Amino acid sequence: MNIWLLIVIVGVLTFLIRYSFIALVGRVGMPARLQRALRFVPAAVLAALIMPELIYRNGVFSPIRLAAGTVAILVAWRTKNAIFTMTAGMIVLWILQGMTGA
Amino acid sequence: MSPRSQFMLGIRTIAPVIVGLIPFGLISGVVAVEAGIPPEAAWSMSWIMFAGASQIVMSQLVSAGAAEWVIILSASVVNLRMLMYSAALATTFKPLSNGVKVLLSYLLTDQAFVVSVNRYSEHPDEPLTLKVWFYLGAALALWLPWQITSAIGVWLGASVPEEWGLLFAAPLSFIAIWVPGLKDRPLVVAAIVGGAVAVVLAFLPNRLGLIIAAVAGIAAGYMYEEQASKGRMHPAPAVRDNDEVA
Repeated sequence: MNIWLLIVIVGVLTFLIRYSFIALVGRVGMPARLQRALRFVPAAVLAALIMPELIYRNGVFSPIRLAAGTVAILVAWRTKNAIFTMTAGMIVLWILQGMTGA
Repeated sequence: MSPRSQFMLGIRTIAPVIVGLIPFGLISGVVAVEAGIPPEAAWSMSWIMFAGASQIVMSQLVSAGAAEWVIILSASVVNLRMLMYSAALATTFKPLSNGVKVLLSYLLTDQAFVVSVNRYSEHPDEPLTLKVWFYLGAALALWLPWQITSAIGVWLGASVPEEWGLLFAAPLSFIAIWVPGLKDRPLVVAAIVGGAVAVVLAFLPNRLGLIIAAVAGIAAGYMYEEQASKGRMHPAPAVRDNDEVA
Protein backbone atom coordinates (compact mmCIF):
# COMPACT_ATOMS: atom_id res chain seq x y z
CA MET A 1 0.00 0.00 0.00
CA ASN A 2 1.12 3.51 -0.75
CA ILE A 3 2.66 5.24 2.30
CA TRP A 4 0.52 8.33 1.63
CA LEU A 5 -2.62 6.24 1.82
CA LEU A 6 -1.49 4.77 5.15
CA ILE A 7 -0.82 8.25 6.54
CA VAL A 8 -4.19 9.59 5.39
CA ILE A 9 -6.12 6.58 6.77
CA VAL A 10 -4.48 6.86 10.19
CA GLY A 11 -4.92 10.65 10.05
CA VAL A 12 -8.65 10.30 9.41
CA LEU A 13 -9.06 7.63 12.12
CA THR A 14 -7.15 9.80 14.60
CA PHE A 15 -9.32 12.78 13.75
CA LEU A 16 -12.47 10.69 14.25
CA ILE A 17 -11.21 9.62 17.70
CA ARG A 18 -10.67 13.28 18.64
CA TYR A 19 -13.99 14.37 17.17
CA SER A 20 -16.03 11.41 18.48
CA PHE A 21 -17.72 12.65 21.63
CA ILE A 22 -17.43 16.31 20.70
CA ALA A 23 -19.57 15.49 17.64
CA LEU A 24 -21.99 13.23 19.51
CA VAL A 25 -22.50 15.50 22.49
CA GLY A 26 -25.62 15.02 24.52
CA ARG A 27 -26.64 11.91 22.63
CA VAL A 28 -24.07 9.38 23.86
CA GLY A 29 -22.06 9.26 27.06
CA MET A 30 -18.89 7.27 27.55
CA PRO A 31 -19.63 3.84 29.02
CA ALA A 32 -17.85 3.41 32.38
CA ARG A 33 -16.33 0.06 31.37
CA LEU A 34 -14.84 1.54 28.21
CA GLN A 35 -13.38 4.39 30.21
CA ARG A 36 -11.79 1.97 32.67
CA ALA A 37 -10.31 -0.12 29.86
CA LEU A 38 -8.97 2.90 27.96
CA ARG A 39 -6.84 3.78 30.95
CA PHE A 40 -4.67 0.73 30.19
CA VAL A 41 -4.17 1.41 26.48
CA PRO A 42 -0.95 3.49 26.69
CA ALA A 43 0.75 1.21 29.25
CA ALA A 44 -0.04 -2.00 27.34
CA VAL A 45 0.49 -0.76 23.78
CA LEU A 46 3.74 1.03 24.54
CA ALA A 47 5.07 -2.03 26.39
CA ALA A 48 4.22 -4.21 23.39
CA LEU A 49 6.04 -1.78 21.11
CA ILE A 50 9.08 -1.30 23.34
CA MET A 51 9.96 -4.75 24.65
CA PRO A 52 10.64 -6.65 21.39
CA GLU A 53 12.79 -3.72 20.23
CA LEU A 54 14.92 -3.97 23.37
CA ILE A 55 15.48 -7.69 23.03
CA TYR A 56 15.86 -8.41 19.33
CA ARG A 57 17.64 -6.75 16.46
CA ASN A 58 16.61 -8.14 13.08
CA GLY A 59 15.18 -11.18 14.82
CA VAL A 60 18.34 -12.00 16.80
CA PHE A 61 18.84 -11.48 20.56
CA SER A 62 20.73 -8.22 21.08
CA PRO A 63 22.44 -7.74 24.48
CA ILE A 64 23.51 -4.24 23.39
CA ARG A 65 19.94 -3.09 22.87
CA LEU A 66 18.84 -4.73 26.08
CA ALA A 67 21.55 -2.91 28.04
CA ALA A 68 20.79 0.45 26.40
CA GLY A 69 17.05 -0.01 26.94
CA THR A 70 17.48 -1.01 30.58
CA VAL A 71 19.56 2.09 31.23
CA ALA A 72 16.90 4.23 29.52
CA ILE A 73 14.14 2.66 31.65
CA LEU A 74 16.10 3.36 34.85
CA VAL A 75 16.81 6.95 33.79
CA ALA A 76 13.13 7.50 32.87
CA TRP A 77 12.07 6.07 36.21
CA ARG A 78 14.50 8.19 38.26
CA THR A 79 14.33 11.49 36.36
CA LYS A 80 11.00 11.39 34.42
CA ASN A 81 12.92 13.48 31.89
CA ALA A 82 12.52 12.64 28.18
CA ILE A 83 15.76 14.24 26.99
CA PHE A 84 17.86 12.49 29.66
CA THR A 85 16.15 9.19 28.87
CA MET A 86 16.75 9.26 25.12
CA THR A 87 20.29 10.64 25.44
CA ALA A 88 21.31 7.99 27.98
CA GLY A 89 19.89 5.17 25.85
CA MET A 90 21.59 6.35 22.64
CA ILE A 91 24.94 6.94 24.38
CA VAL A 92 24.97 3.44 25.89
CA LEU A 93 24.02 2.00 22.49
CA TRP A 94 26.84 3.87 20.73
CA ILE A 95 29.46 2.99 23.38
CA LEU A 96 28.60 -0.71 23.29
CA GLN A 97 28.42 -0.74 19.48
CA GLY A 98 31.86 0.91 19.39
CA MET A 99 33.31 -1.60 21.86
CA THR A 100 31.96 -4.66 20.07
CA GLY A 101 32.40 -3.31 16.56
CA ALA A 102 28.74 -4.12 15.87
CA MET B 1 -10.63 39.53 29.32
CA SER B 2 -10.50 40.02 25.58
CA PRO B 3 -10.23 37.14 23.09
CA ARG B 4 -6.70 38.28 22.36
CA SER B 5 -5.53 38.25 25.98
CA GLN B 6 -7.25 34.91 26.47
CA PHE B 7 -5.43 33.51 23.43
CA MET B 8 -2.12 34.76 24.85
CA LEU B 9 -2.96 33.25 28.23
CA GLY B 10 -3.45 29.89 26.53
CA ILE B 11 -0.02 30.20 24.93
CA ARG B 12 1.63 31.17 28.22
CA THR B 13 -0.04 28.36 30.13
CA ILE B 14 1.16 25.67 27.75
CA ALA B 15 4.61 27.18 27.13
CA PRO B 16 6.49 25.11 29.76
CA VAL B 17 5.34 21.90 28.08
CA ILE B 18 6.73 22.91 24.69
CA VAL B 19 10.36 22.35 25.73
CA GLY B 20 9.49 18.73 26.48
CA LEU B 21 7.87 18.43 23.06
CA ILE B 22 11.03 19.31 21.12
CA PRO B 23 12.82 15.93 21.36
CA PHE B 24 9.64 14.07 20.36
CA GLY B 25 9.11 16.31 17.34
CA LEU B 26 12.71 15.80 16.24
CA ILE B 27 12.59 12.04 16.80
CA SER B 28 9.29 11.68 14.94
CA GLY B 29 10.90 13.25 11.88
CA VAL B 30 14.21 11.40 12.21
CA VAL B 31 12.72 7.91 12.59
CA ALA B 32 10.25 8.43 9.75
CA VAL B 33 13.08 9.14 7.32
CA GLU B 34 15.29 6.38 8.79
CA ALA B 35 12.36 4.01 8.26
CA GLY B 36 12.57 4.76 4.54
CA ILE B 37 9.54 7.04 4.29
CA PRO B 38 10.13 9.78 1.67
CA PRO B 39 10.82 13.20 3.28
CA GLU B 40 7.62 14.89 1.98
CA ALA B 41 5.48 12.07 3.37
CA ALA B 42 7.53 11.94 6.58
CA TRP B 43 6.87 15.59 7.28
CA SER B 44 3.23 15.42 6.19
CA MET B 45 2.60 12.87 8.93
CA SER B 46 3.09 15.68 11.44
CA TRP B 47 0.12 17.71 10.16
CA ILE B 48 -2.08 14.93 8.75
CA MET B 49 -1.82 12.73 11.86
CA PHE B 50 -0.55 15.33 14.36
CA ALA B 51 0.01 12.65 17.01
CA GLY B 52 3.57 11.93 18.10
CA ALA B 53 3.31 8.38 19.44
CA SER B 54 1.17 7.39 16.47
CA GLN B 55 3.66 8.82 13.97
CA ILE B 56 6.58 7.02 15.62
CA VAL B 57 4.62 3.73 15.75
CA MET B 58 3.92 4.00 12.04
CA SER B 59 7.59 4.59 11.18
CA GLN B 60 8.71 1.74 13.39
CA LEU B 61 6.23 -0.70 11.85
CA VAL B 62 6.92 0.44 8.28
CA SER B 63 10.62 -0.28 8.83
CA ALA B 64 9.75 -3.65 10.43
CA GLY B 65 7.70 -4.61 7.38
CA ALA B 66 4.45 -5.06 9.28
CA ALA B 67 1.19 -5.76 7.44
CA GLU B 68 -0.77 -2.65 6.44
CA TRP B 69 -3.72 -3.44 8.65
CA VAL B 70 -1.39 -3.95 11.63
CA ILE B 71 0.21 -0.55 10.96
CA ILE B 72 -3.19 1.17 10.67
CA LEU B 73 -4.59 -0.52 13.77
CA SER B 74 -1.50 0.00 15.95
CA ALA B 75 -0.93 3.61 14.94
CA SER B 76 -4.61 4.39 15.62
CA VAL B 77 -4.97 2.44 18.85
CA VAL B 78 -2.30 4.52 20.61
CA ASN B 79 -4.61 7.49 20.05
CA LEU B 80 -7.67 5.89 21.65
CA ARG B 81 -6.94 7.65 24.93
CA MET B 82 -8.15 10.81 23.21
CA LEU B 83 -11.69 9.41 23.31
CA MET B 84 -11.56 10.31 26.98
CA TYR B 85 -10.52 13.88 26.24
CA SER B 86 -13.20 14.21 23.58
CA ALA B 87 -15.83 13.02 26.06
CA ALA B 88 -14.56 15.39 28.75
CA LEU B 89 -14.67 18.45 26.46
CA ALA B 90 -17.94 17.59 24.70
CA THR B 91 -20.27 19.38 27.13
CA THR B 92 -18.23 22.59 27.09
CA PHE B 93 -18.02 22.65 23.28
CA LYS B 94 -21.66 21.66 22.75
CA PRO B 95 -23.07 25.04 21.57
CA LEU B 96 -20.30 25.65 19.01
CA SER B 97 -20.83 25.39 15.27
CA ASN B 98 -19.71 22.20 13.63
CA GLY B 99 -16.87 23.90 11.76
CA VAL B 100 -15.36 25.14 15.00
CA LYS B 101 -15.80 21.71 16.57
CA VAL B 102 -13.88 20.15 13.68
CA LEU B 103 -11.03 22.63 14.12
CA LEU B 104 -10.85 22.17 17.89
CA SER B 105 -10.97 18.38 17.49
CA TYR B 106 -8.13 18.36 14.97
CA LEU B 107 -5.99 20.32 17.44
CA LEU B 108 -6.80 18.10 20.44
CA THR B 109 -3.68 16.81 22.23
CA ASP B 110 -2.84 15.51 25.70
CA GLN B 111 -1.28 18.79 26.68
CA ALA B 112 -3.95 21.13 25.26
CA PHE B 113 -6.59 18.98 26.93
CA VAL B 114 -4.96 19.14 30.36
CA VAL B 115 -4.39 22.91 30.44
CA SER B 116 -7.86 23.68 29.05
CA VAL B 117 -9.74 21.40 31.42
CA ASN B 118 -7.81 22.92 34.33
CA ARG B 119 -8.71 26.40 33.13
CA TYR B 120 -12.40 25.52 32.66
CA SER B 121 -12.69 23.99 36.11
CA GLU B 122 -11.07 27.04 37.71
CA HIS B 123 -13.18 29.51 35.70
CA PRO B 124 -16.43 27.68 34.92
CA ASP B 125 -18.38 30.92 34.36
CA GLU B 126 -16.15 32.32 31.64
CA PRO B 127 -18.05 32.91 28.36
CA LEU B 128 -17.63 30.10 25.84
CA THR B 129 -15.92 32.37 23.31
CA LEU B 130 -13.15 33.10 25.80
CA LYS B 131 -12.84 29.41 26.65
CA VAL B 132 -12.40 28.64 22.96
CA TRP B 133 -9.75 31.34 22.54
CA PHE B 134 -7.81 29.94 25.50
CA TYR B 135 -7.96 26.47 23.95
CA LEU B 136 -6.86 27.81 20.56
CA GLY B 137 -3.90 29.63 22.11
CA ALA B 138 -2.75 26.50 23.92
CA ALA B 139 -3.42 24.12 21.03
CA LEU B 140 -1.78 26.25 18.34
CA ALA B 141 1.21 26.95 20.58
CA LEU B 142 1.72 23.20 20.51
CA TRP B 143 0.85 22.65 16.85
CA LEU B 144 3.34 25.08 15.35
CA PRO B 145 6.48 23.88 17.22
CA TRP B 146 5.43 20.32 16.36
CA GLN B 147 5.47 21.10 12.63
CA ILE B 148 8.80 22.91 12.91
CA THR B 149 10.60 20.28 15.01
CA SER B 150 9.27 17.45 12.80
CA ALA B 151 10.59 19.24 9.73
CA ILE B 152 14.00 19.67 11.38
CA GLY B 153 13.89 15.98 12.33
CA VAL B 154 13.17 14.98 8.74
CA TRP B 155 16.11 17.05 7.56
CA LEU B 156 18.38 15.58 10.27
CA GLY B 157 17.26 12.03 9.52
CA ALA B 158 18.10 12.50 5.86
CA SER B 159 21.63 13.70 6.69
CA VAL B 160 22.54 11.19 9.42
CA PRO B 161 24.06 7.86 8.29
CA GLU B 162 22.00 4.77 9.01
CA GLU B 163 24.87 3.17 11.01
CA TRP B 164 24.20 5.62 13.86
CA GLY B 165 21.21 3.47 14.69
CA LEU B 166 18.91 6.46 15.20
CA LEU B 167 15.90 4.23 14.62
CA PHE B 168 16.54 2.99 18.16
CA ALA B 169 15.42 6.45 19.33
CA ALA B 170 11.84 5.30 18.59
CA PRO B 171 11.59 2.77 21.45
CA LEU B 172 13.63 5.14 23.63
CA SER B 173 11.11 7.92 23.08
CA PHE B 174 8.33 5.48 24.04
CA ILE B 175 10.21 4.60 27.23
CA ALA B 176 10.32 8.31 28.09
CA ILE B 177 6.51 8.55 28.03
CA TRP B 178 5.76 5.00 29.17
CA VAL B 179 7.71 4.69 32.42
CA PRO B 180 6.41 7.89 34.11
CA GLY B 181 2.86 6.82 33.18
CA LEU B 182 3.05 3.58 35.20
CA LYS B 183 1.55 5.21 38.27
CA ASP B 184 -0.19 2.29 39.97
CA ARG B 185 -0.13 -1.48 40.16
CA PRO B 186 -2.88 -2.26 37.59
CA LEU B 187 -1.00 -0.14 35.04
CA VAL B 188 2.24 -2.01 35.81
CA VAL B 189 0.41 -5.33 35.34
CA ALA B 190 -0.91 -4.15 31.96
CA ALA B 191 2.63 -3.14 30.95
CA ILE B 192 4.32 -6.38 32.08
CA VAL B 193 1.75 -8.63 30.40
CA GLY B 194 1.70 -6.53 27.21
CA GLY B 195 5.50 -6.48 27.01
CA ALA B 196 5.97 -10.17 27.80
CA VAL B 197 3.36 -11.36 25.28
CA ALA B 198 4.89 -9.11 22.61
CA VAL B 199 8.34 -10.63 23.19
CA VAL B 200 7.02 -14.20 23.08
CA LEU B 201 4.99 -13.54 19.93
CA ALA B 202 7.61 -11.37 18.21
CA PHE B 203 8.16 -13.97 15.50
CA LEU B 204 4.57 -14.10 14.32
CA PRO B 205 4.34 -12.77 10.76
CA ASN B 206 3.40 -9.14 10.06
CA ARG B 207 3.93 -8.06 13.66
CA LEU B 208 0.62 -9.68 14.51
CA GLY B 209 1.98 -10.33 18.03
CA LEU B 210 1.80 -6.61 18.75
CA ILE B 211 -2.00 -6.55 18.47
CA ILE B 212 -2.45 -9.70 20.58
CA ALA B 213 -0.02 -8.36 23.19
CA ALA B 214 -1.80 -5.02 23.44
CA VAL B 215 -5.17 -6.68 23.93
CA ALA B 216 -3.70 -9.09 26.50
CA GLY B 217 -2.08 -6.23 28.43
CA ILE B 218 -5.27 -4.14 28.51
CA ALA B 219 -7.33 -7.15 29.60
CA ALA B 220 -4.79 -8.06 32.31
CA GLY B 221 -4.74 -4.55 33.78
CA TYR B 222 -8.52 -4.30 33.67
CA MET B 223 -9.08 -7.68 35.34
CA TYR B 224 -6.40 -7.04 37.94
CA GLU B 225 -8.14 -3.80 38.90
CA GLU B 226 -11.52 -5.55 39.07
CA GLN B 227 -10.09 -8.26 41.34
CA ALA B 228 -8.27 -5.77 43.54
CA SER B 229 -11.41 -3.68 44.02
CA LYS B 230 -13.49 -6.76 44.89
CA GLY B 231 -10.84 -7.79 47.43
CA ARG B 232 -10.99 -4.44 49.15
CA MET B 233 -14.81 -4.47 49.16
CA HIS B 234 -14.99 -0.94 47.86
CA PRO B 235 -14.85 0.23 44.27
CA ALA B 236 -11.49 1.15 42.79
CA PRO B 237 -11.17 4.70 41.53
CA ALA B 238 -12.48 4.37 37.99
CA VAL B 239 -10.70 7.33 36.52
CA ARG B 240 -7.41 8.79 37.61
CA ASP B 241 -5.37 11.61 36.20
CA ASN B 242 -5.20 11.15 32.50
CA ASP B 243 -1.87 9.70 31.53
CA GLU B 244 0.04 12.22 29.56
CA VAL B 245 1.34 10.76 26.37
CA ALA B 246 2.63 12.84 23.54
